[in-house]
Formats: sequence, C-alpha cells, structure tokens
Amino acid sequence: MPNHSLVEAKATTSYAIEAVNLSKYFGDLVVLDGFNVQIKRGETMVIIGRSGVGKSVFLKLIMGILKPNSGDMIMDGVKINTLQDDELNMIRRKVGMLFQGAALFDSLTVGENVGFSLLESKSVPYGEIMQKVREKLKVVGLAGIENLDPSELSGGMRKRVGLARAICNDPEIILYDEPTTGLDPIMADAINELIVKMKQKLNVTAVVVTHDMTSAYKVGDRIAMLYDGKIIAVGTPDEIKSTKDPIVRQFITGSALGPITDKSRYLINSEASH
Amino acid sequence: MLQFSMRKKVFFFFNWLIDLGAKSLDLLKNIGGIFILFMQVIRATFARPFRVREMIHQMNLVGVKSFPLVFLTAIFTGMVLALQSAYQLKKFSALQFTADLVSLSITRELGPVLTAMVVAGRVGAGMTAELGTMKVTEQIDALRSLATDPVRYLAVPRVMACFFMMFILTVYADFIGIAGGYVVSIFKLGLSSDQYLNRLFIALYPKDVFTGLIKAFSFGLVVSIVGCYYGFQAKGGAEGVGRATTLSVVTSLITIIALDCFFTALFFFAG
Repeated sequence: MPNHSLVEAKATTSYAIEAVNLSKYFGDLVVLDGFNVQIKRGETMVIIGRSGVGKSVFLKLIMGILKPNSGDMIMDGVKINTLQDDELNMIRRKVGMLFQGAALFDSLTVGENVGFSLLESKSVPYGEIMQKVREKLKVVGLAGIENLDPSELSGGMRKRVGLARAICNDPEIILYDEPTTGLDPIMADAINELIVKMKQKLNVTAVVVTHDMTSAYKVGDRIAMLYDGKIIAVGTPDEIKSTKDPIVRQFITGSALGPITDKSRYLINSEASH
Repeated sequence: MLQFSMRKKVFFFFNWLIDLGAKSLDLLKNIGGIFILFMQVIRATFARPFRVREMIHQMNLVGVKSFPLVFLTAIFTGMVLALQSAYQLKKFSALQFTADLVSLSITRELGPVLTAMVVAGRVGAGMTAELGTMKVTEQIDALRSLATDPVRYLAVPRVMACFFMMFILTVYADFIGIAGGYVVSIFKLGLSSDQYLNRLFIALYPKDVFTGLIKAFSFGLVVSIVGCYYGFQAKGGAEGVGRATTLSVVTSLITIIALDCFFTALFFFAG
C-alpha cells in the first residue's frame, strides 16, 4: 500500500525533501527549532553551519533514524515522521547516506559492506550482487578492493567505500554527512568531484552537510545556513558569497569576530545541566 | 557563620534530593528500556531473514569459548563445597552426606548462578563493548539507513545464542561441580566412590536439576538483553563505551542475584 501513495505523491510535488517547522530537542537542549527547508528534485543542497548546530540531526531526521518533536518531514510528498518502521524501510531504500566516519561495518569485508542491503534482502543472486559491488567500487575509484577489511583502509578510502555502499541501491537521494572532514585537501577535492559526478551521472537529489566552504561552493546548487536551530539564509553559491547578512558573512569568511559567539551555546548547555 | 552553614546544609540537601530524583528516573528509564528491548527481540526473532550463521558464530563465542572458565569455576566450587560441608558434617559423623550437600547446592544454586556470573563478565561485557562501539561510530545508524533493523540483525542472534548456551554451560557446570566434590571426597575425605555416588542418586531429584536449568534460561536472557541494551544506549566515544560496559555487567550481576532469589522463593513456596 505505501508504494501507491508514494507514486501518486510524486506527481503532485516538485520537492524531493521538505522540512516544515521541524523542532528537535534532546532533553532540554534545543537543536532544531522552526526549521524550514525545501529541496528540489535533482538539486544538490548544501547545509552549512557550525559544529554541533544540528546539521547531522537533520540528515537523521530525513532518514527517519530520529523523529522530530514537532513539525513535518516530507519526502516526495509523503510525511515520514508518522510512518512505522516497515514503511520507513521502503523510503530508506530510495535514500543512501554517507556517514561522517563512513560507519563501515568492521565485521564485514569491503565487498559485503558495499552490497550490504542487497545481501540482506536476498532478492538478487549472489553473483549479480558481487558484480554490482565491483561496478560501484569502480565508480568511486577503488576497483578490486572488495576482499579487504575496512580496518585496512585509509580515511579517504573508507569514505569512498561508504559512498559506494550508499549508491549501491541506486538511490534517488544521497545524504552526505561532512564528506570532506578529516581528509587532506587533495582527497577532499576528490570526494567533491565524486559528489558532482554522482549528480551528473545518476541525476540524484543530494543533501550535503558541511562546514568546509570550498566544498560547499564546489558541489552546491544552493547553500543554506543553519544557525540557532533555523535556516537563516538560502541561496546559490554566488548569492551566499555576496550576502550582506553579518552572520553568514562571518561564517563563510571564517572570522572569530562577529555576531556568532559561543555565548548562546553556553546558555543552552548550562540550562540543560540544571 | 551559623546561618551560612545552615544554608549550605539546605543547599546540599536539595542537591542530594535532585540527584536522587535524577538517578531514580534513570533507573526507571533503564528498566523500561530493557523490557522494551526484550519485547522487540521476541518480535524480531520471528522476522525474516533469521541469521542462522551469525547465531552459530555467537554460540561459539558465548558457549564454547566460555567453557574453560566455567570448567575452572565449577570444579573449584565443587571442591570447596565438599571441603566446607565435610568440616561441618564431620562433627556429626555424617561425612557420607557430603554428596547430598555438594549436588544440591550445585544444581539448585551455584551451577546456574556462577555460570551466569562468569558469562556476564566475559560475554555480556563483550556484547556491550562491541555494540557500544558500533553505536558511537554510527554503525547502528548505518544499519537503519540500509533498511535493516539493528534488533533483528544484532540482538536476536546474540540473545538466542546466550539463551541456549547458558543452559548447556549450566549442565556442564552441574556435572563438573559434582565431579569436583567427588574428587575431594574420594582422595581427601576418605569416602568410597560407591558411598558418594549412592548418596548422590538418593539425594538428587530431577526437580533440583530442572529448577536450576529454568534459572539458567532466564539468566541467559538477562545477560544478553542487558548486554545489548547498554550497547545500543552507549554514547560519547570510548569513555561512553567503557561506562556502558561497566553498567551492563553491574546490572546483569544484580539482576541475576535478584532473579535467583525470586526463583528460589517461587520454587520453595510452590513446592
């Protein structure tokens, strides 16, 4: 049944992902509060913001791993925050996520990691899965490593294997959680190239969460800045670059002086501890 | 000055009260969480696909690899029991009843309880550490994002393995403990082999063994579910995993002893 409603909904909306007035708290700590964003089908939306402002939380809300306290998370016109796990799993099969630390399963080989969801669902014969795994590893430039263990890989390789795993199901949406964090500049650029390539080759919708501005300008069709639980600015990379908003300016130029201070965070934390 | 110290006392009292409240809430949250996980595991056990190979792998880890430890624990416990009971029984010239005391204590109490404690320390801690590390490195979230239920994928094989292997380990522990008592009785207390074995078969009823094995099943569930629960709850990096592991073992040990008391009382009053 859920399949039907998904297909119908697709025709009526042009947004792949819509967040309407999302709020998310952890105890007394307010992470998202009145968060609104619309992501068009086929576009790459970059969400920038300081560490700990809730960028990754937003990705987990899209995946349905976390549930919002209020507001709606809408994908292809379907409200996903009220779905049960079985229905959510149908949605999740259309979404691939690259985690910050790649989150490869260390008890499995690289090949088993990449083909994980196919191996689990057992809908495709083993040979075909392995064929697909090799193909996806080639896409990320790591052909022939399917028999290695994740512990034998470098940070950049792990991220690329994580990306191969995320695209193994041919998803319509790919979520990137800080794809370039912790990588050397050359590897970071290689990852950026991959993100652009995914978009061109597979025509996917992408959400990239980052605080690396080089990466944001390079991969983003639009950039949104998350501050204080809300999206305070959305625009193309050029619009963001030329913005007059002092908060956005301070962030993109990377200045310690300006309206963004650590004060608000301390306040939240000290309230939370009481 | 006096006023100041009064104020300080009141302040400390309220802080203590707040702390007590927070700890009680935490305790209730964990008890609730463990029960919810238990229900989820039962439901997920019947979900397809069931990971048979992973369960066998876990059975090896939980059961086969724990055997040496259970062997040592049980044999020494049997020996100590024989020596301690002989010390008392000698006063009444009732040395031949050593077999009664050893076999009943082992099958009804010490076999299941000590096995469960050894497994809690060895296996429960390992489960929490493994799942906790998976949690803090986002591997559990990754499972969810790949449309896989972590309870079915990770918890079910571990709980099943622990449930069955605790039973088998307890059967071993019963045999080995009684054998330990036998060795001491024959070589140290001067009983004959016939005396010991005769008393053993007279004293030991099937009920004694069965009640012990019912305990073993429930302890298997406790160790694995508590181990998985604290693993899934871990947060905050290596330190968080360490804390979760400690909590897991402490919770398991206390629950085992409390449950043992409950079962013993139940069997006692139910006849």
